[in-house]
This record gives sequence, C-alpha cells and structure tokens, in this order.
Amino acid sequence: MNGLLLLIPVALALGLAGLAAFLWALQSGQFDDLDGAAGRILFDDEKDDRPAGPPNPPSPRRSP
Amino acid sequence: MSAVADLAALPRAGEDAPARCAHCGESLKGPGRFCCAGCAGAYRLVAELGLERYYRGRALDPALRPPRPPEDEVDAALYAEASPDGTAALHLMIDGLHCPACVWLIESALRRQREVIEARVNLTTRRLRLVWRGQRDGGAKLVGLIQRLGYRVVPYDPRRVAGLASEEERRLLRALAVAGFAAGNVMLLSVAVWAGVAGEMGAATRDLMHWISALIALPAIAYAGQPFFRAAAGALRRGRATMDVPITIGVTLAAGMSLYETIAGGAHAYFDSSVTLLFFLLIGRYLDLRARGRARSAAEQLLGFMAQPATVIGADGATRRVPAASVAIGASVLAAAGERIGVDGTVAAGRSAVDKSLIDGESLPADIAPGSAVLAGMVNLLAPVTIAVTAAGERTFLAEIVRLMEAAEQGRARLVLLADRVARLYAPAVHGLALATFAFWLLRAPWQAALLNAVAVLIITCPCALGLAVPAVQVIASGRLMRRGILLKSPTALERLAAVDTVVFDKTGTLTLGRLDLAAPPADGEALRLAAGLAVASRHPLSQALRRAGPEAPALPGVVEHPGAGLGAATAAGEVRLGSRSFCGVSASDDDGLPELWLARPGRAPQRFVFADAPRPDAAPVIERLKRSGKRVVLLSGDRRQAVAATAAALGIADWQAGLAPGEKASALAALAAEGRKTLMVGDGLNDAPALASAYCSISPATAADVSQTAADIVFQGLSLGAVTEALAVARRSLALVRENIAFAILYNALAVPLAMLGLATPLIAALAMSSSSLIVVGNALRLTRGAP
Repeated sequence: MNGLLLLIPVALALGLAGLAAFLWALQSGQFDDLDGAAGRILFDDEKDDRPAGPPNPPSPRRSP
Repeated sequence: MSAVADLAALPRAGEDAPARCAHCGESLKGPGRFCCAGCAGAYRLVAELGLERYYRGRALDPALRPPRPPEDEVDAALYAEASPDGTAALHLMIDGLHCPACVWLIESALRRQREVIEARVNLTTRRLRLVWRGQRDGGAKLVGLIQRLGYRVVPYDPRRVAGLASEEERRLLRALAVAGFAAGNVMLLSVAVWAGVAGEMGAATRDLMHWISALIALPAIAYAGQPFFRAAAGALRRGRATMDVPITIGVTLAAGMSLYETIAGGAHAYFDSSVTLLFFLLIGRYLDLRARGRARSAAEQLLGFMAQPATVIGADGATRRVPAASVAIGASVLAAAGERIGVDGTVAAGRSAVDKSLIDGESLPADIAPGSAVLAGMVNLLAPVTIAVTAAGERTFLAEIVRLMEAAEQGRARLVLLADRVARLYAPAVHGLALATFAFWLLRAPWQAALLNAVAVLIITCPCALGLAVPAVQVIASGRLMRRGILLKSPTALERLAAVDTVVFDKTGTLTLGRLDLAAPPADGEALRLAAGLAVASRHPLSQALRRAGPEAPALPGVVEHPGAGLGAATAAGEVRLGSRSFCGVSASDDDGLPELWLARPGRAPQRFVFADAPRPDAAPVIERLKRSGKRVVLLSGDRRQAVAATAAALGIADWQAGLAPGEKASALAALAAEGRKTLMVGDGLNDAPALASAYCSISPATAADVSQTAADIVFQGLSLGAVTEALAVARRSLALVRENIAFAILYNALAVPLAMLGLATPLIAALAMSSSSLIVVGNALRLTRGAP
C-alpha cells in the first residue's frame, strides 16, 4: 500500500513532465513543418560560410 | 510520392543521365544538357554559389512543376514591409518545392547574400519568411535570385492567409496531448481497479483510485472536450443535432455521474471510458483537419498570381506601380508584353495579342488593336499597350465571376451528410431509451439506482463507434488519395462523389494540356528550322510552339514583329515572313478554323504549320472507362466549335457544347441537375469556376486558376486524368465502408443497450465494449488501404 502512495505520484509526475515537454515543443513551433524537419538533418552539416562582414552595421533610420 | 524512385533518373556526380535537363530534370528534345536558357542559367548560378550538392541530394516529384526558371516577374518590393530598425521582411509562397534539398538550396543561396538576416522555408506550407537589412526594394534582387534558381514565388500577406487553419490545428493537437495523457494514466488506475474486482482490493483503496482518476480526468475532460462542447453548442443554437451533441451529453453525464459515485463511495466510475472516448475522437478530428489543411495550402499556393500591380501613366507621362484594385476609372495603364492585365478597359494605343484562356477557355490568342476591349485576367503577349481603364477591382468582369461562384456555392451548403442524418435519428432514440430506463427503474428502486442505470445506457451507447465510423473512413480515404496527388478539400466530397452519375468536362487545360503544339512536323525540315529561327523573337504561343518543335534552330537576326500579323526578317534572298495567311499572301480559301501559321519564303510555295492542343495522355482511356461504368460524359467548353468538335471526336464524346460563357456553363449544369442527374464537373479555367461551384461535386487540376481550385471540392496534381476515375472508385468504396461501419455500430448498440437497461452494465463491460467497437470500426476502415479501389 505504501508503495502505491509513492509510485502513483511518481508516475503522474513523469507523465506530466512528458505532457509539458510536448506542449512546449508545440508552442515553440517544432511541429509546424514536419516534412521539412525530416529532411533538414540531411543537409545541416553545411557551415555558414558567408563572407564575414561587420556584425549588423547600424543602418540609417528612416521611417518606412 | 514516387519521388525517391525518381532519384535514379537524375544526373549523378560526374555523369549525366541522357535526355534529361541537368537542371530541371525534364526530358530533352534536342541535344545539349539543358532544356532552355533559364535552366542553363540556374545551373551556372548553383555552381557559382557552390551549392552543387543540391543536384545529388534532391528527389524531384514528377507530379509537380519542374524547377525551371519562370518568365513572369513578381514585383516583390510592393509587398515587403520595412521595420523601423532598418530591416525589411517579405513573406512568399513558393511554387515548385520538391523535397528538402529545394529548401536547403533556397535557404543557403539566400543566406550567402550579405544583407540577408533570416531565410526560413517551411516545406509543409511552402512558405518562405525572408528578412534583410536595408530598404524594401532590396527584396527585388533576392526574389530574382529565387526565381533564377527555378522557383515561382507569390508574395502574400501573412495576416490574411496564414493563421486560422494552423491555430485550429494546434488547439486540437494540445487537446489531443492532454486527452492522451489523461487516458493513459486513468486507464492504468482502472486496470488496477478491475484487477481488484476479484476481491483483494479493499473499498478504501478503490475509492482512492477513483479519487485520483477524478483528479486527472475532470480537468482533462474540461480542456480536451472543448472542441466538441463548442461545436455542439453551435449546432444546438442552429436547432440541429450533429454527432457532437450526443458526444457532449455522453461525456459530461459520464463524468458527472462518476464523480457522484466517487463521492458516494460506489463502484460505477466511468472516468476511463469518457477520457478514452475523447482521445479516440480527437485523433479522428485532428487527422481530418490536417488532411484538409494540406489541400487548402495547395490552393493558396496559387493565390495572388493574379494580384499583379498595374503601371499607371500619370498626366506628366511618369509611370507609377500601384495595386491594380486601386486604379481610378479613366486612368491610363501600361501593360508590358508578358504581363497579366489587372483591369478592365479598352486599348488606347498599341497593337498586340492577348491570351484570354483564363476568361473564356479560348486556346488561341486574340489580336487587339486600339478600340478593342480587354478584361482583367488576360495576358498581354506581344507588345506593350496602353489601356484606358473602364473598371478595376471589385467591378471587373473577373470579380463578377468570383461572385457568381460564391452564390452557387452557398446553394450547396444545405447538403446533409449521412453521418448527420444518422445522428439526427440516433440522438432522440438514445435519449428516449435512457429516459424510459429511468422511468422503469424509478418504480422498482431508489432514484439513485434508476439514474445510474439511465446514465449507463447513455455511456454504453457511447457514440464512439458512430463518431469514428465516418471520420476513420474519411481519413484513410483522403490519405490514400493524397498519396496519388489527389487532395480532398471538402469534408463532404467523398460522399457526394459516390453518388455521381454524370461527368462534365471542360476542354482547354482539363481534357487537353492547355498548350498548343505543332500537330505534325512538316516534311520540309528546312522550313521548320527557318520558322523556329524566326519564332525565337516572339512570345506568341504559336511561336513558342514552333520553338519547342525546333529547339536547335539558330535565331534569325533582324526579326521584326508586326502585332496582329506575324514576324518578318530580311535575308539575303529577300524577306521571309511567318504569320497569318493574309500576312503571308496566301489566298487559298481552305480555312478549316484550326490554329495555323504560314511561312512565306522568296521563290518557294508558302508552308503551312497546323497546331493543336494535345489531349492529356490518358484522356481517351479515362473517358472510355467512365462510359463503361455507366456514367454519362458531357463536354462543355468556351472554345470555338471546330476545336471542341475535334477534341470530342478524338475522345469519343457524343454530347458536347461549344462557345459557352461562364454563366451558360453553370446553367447547363443546372439543367442537368433538373433532370435529376448528379453531376461531377471537371474543370480548370476561371471560366469554369461558377460551373465548378454549382455542380453536385467538382474536381480541378492543380494547374488551374486559384479561384477554380477554391471552388472545386477536389484538387489533383500531375498530368494524369486517371485521378478522376481513381477518386470516383475510392469514393464508392469508402461509402460502402461507411455504411458497413454504421450498420455495425447500430448492431453493437442493439446488443449493448438492453444489457444497460437491465442494469447489468459495469465500468469494465462498458470499457471493453467501447474499445472493441472502436477498434472494429477503425479496422474495417483500414481495409481501404489495401487492394484496388
């Protein structure tokens, strides 16, 4: 009996953790492009070799 | 998709598969590695950027548009948004994305541009979000880059297009996650309780289990049941009983009574049943929504191809680009060669030819001269013309067609689905039985026991089997069709499709490919070479057809285009002319009305070229199959008599009408409906849109005008017309399966209800009965994935 009182909360906590992780992943857009994400890993070893420019040059502010 | 199989057909590193364009993968007619200059440019561009890996990693989908650089140009800067921090953003829909390699190519190419901050392509929705440093007009260069790689782009307004569908999808997925979590954990506890039924478990332990179950199930039901609760409330407000109503009543009552039993320390807690019911039903809902969301995004892809800006000529002669809808009446608009005209008006200056296939299905371009009327949606082919605007935006003929279509579509919304018809009978029957049980037991037992038995009736007749009977079949059928490139847009399409007895086809672009090609190459090969060489200079469809017939011909220098007549070039021997029969001085009166060009050379008899719009490769067998299965086949076209008669004769269609205006097509369909026929309209042009909307059911190819795709219930990709027969066959089989499922659900209820009415149902029996009935229904639906339809 005492085992139950420990195990049920543990099981529920694990389940809730899984649920929370899923909801977080959903919220952060990881399920938005299932087709693309599947293929993306095949190409992602490409390093960003764009010519190194000055980081974000302050551009003149003009109203659009 | 057979995309993977196609890998073998593509050029590998170092060697080229013969007869395929090295860039777009289309089969080659002439020598060389590329089908056109655009593809050669794209290949060079990819090499310059150092992205050749694309060719090794990609898998082209033959059903989609090949990645050939488009000729039309998009004015992206108009749609870009500048933000105060010196960056600008643009949302684009990309047409022609085949695989993840395409995504990688576009993203990598853009990220190599110094000013680009963010470039992210979503392969599912085919959308690109692009952010760069600088002004709005910097977007033109980036959009040009994507187009040169071989993709068509359409700017869109994310506030108008995106959002709704995906938000709904996320909400359902969240509900599904919560229901799944609750179902798993409550079931775990329930199994413990059932195992304890034998006697080892004390009442106190059982009550503890019930309390924990209640703690999990009640919040979960309150959250995950919302999609059903809201739909049921909406249906009741309109005075209708859909499946959502019995689902809502069943789940709520089961939860409420279980709570009461738990408080009272009783054995009849149905938390597991109500939560698993929600879980199963949400799976069906989510899959259904996802399938339809895909079809929607396919139609959206083409949205906005027509939203071209117009060039207005001011009083001072300066030109301005403005959205076509906001052009004032009486203004002068310049339409460049190759541009889609965005306004209605009359030609004020210039001579050219327009492609009006979007408006009336006519396959041959019409010549225009000062005074001719032009309509929004036509494409100006040859030379720039100035147009005096008579209508713009909502007042154009194009907008009128859209209105016609919407009116027809509303008439269709009254159709009642089979499942809803069953639900209408089902809800009163079940609730009546529950009431009778309550009354019966009230005379013999205390009211609590009577209520318990009445609620048990509601739970055991749980609409699970009925609620899954239709969605399960629909999800599997739409999945099967989607793998064949057929997208169901309307949830009722399958059911209507199964009842169809008459198939009505449009001609241009539906039965035919919608592209004129040389009917038969002339015996004189030299004539073809010369004509093709002349034709290089022109964008006229007949000239381009000649180019395709003789791609290796060298371009002739000094070609002059005479709009409305033809092309001429001075050679050493004298003037060579390619054009209409009068332009080439042919006096013979054997005009059979077929599209033709003549070639006049000094000292030789004029050579005639005849063109035809070739039927889709499998049009004839598809029509033969339809006729064999007892369907009446009708051809309704807006094209000229001769062209329609030729196609009808070639395909064996006896029942045809030509020269129909968009409204006349719709009324021809109404006449068929008045005869009691259930029509399936297959069409692609904008002129078909009203007919598509007024038919009993409708199919459109993915190459169709976006308005037509919106009007149609089903959209199919690829060149094969076999999609029509495939969809019909799958629809027939799924309707049979739906009927079987409903019959089974009724049989199940006929067995289970008496048990509950006699007060013999326990939570274990309810859970077993419910799960097994759901599994049987889903299993039956899965039969659709196997075998021929």
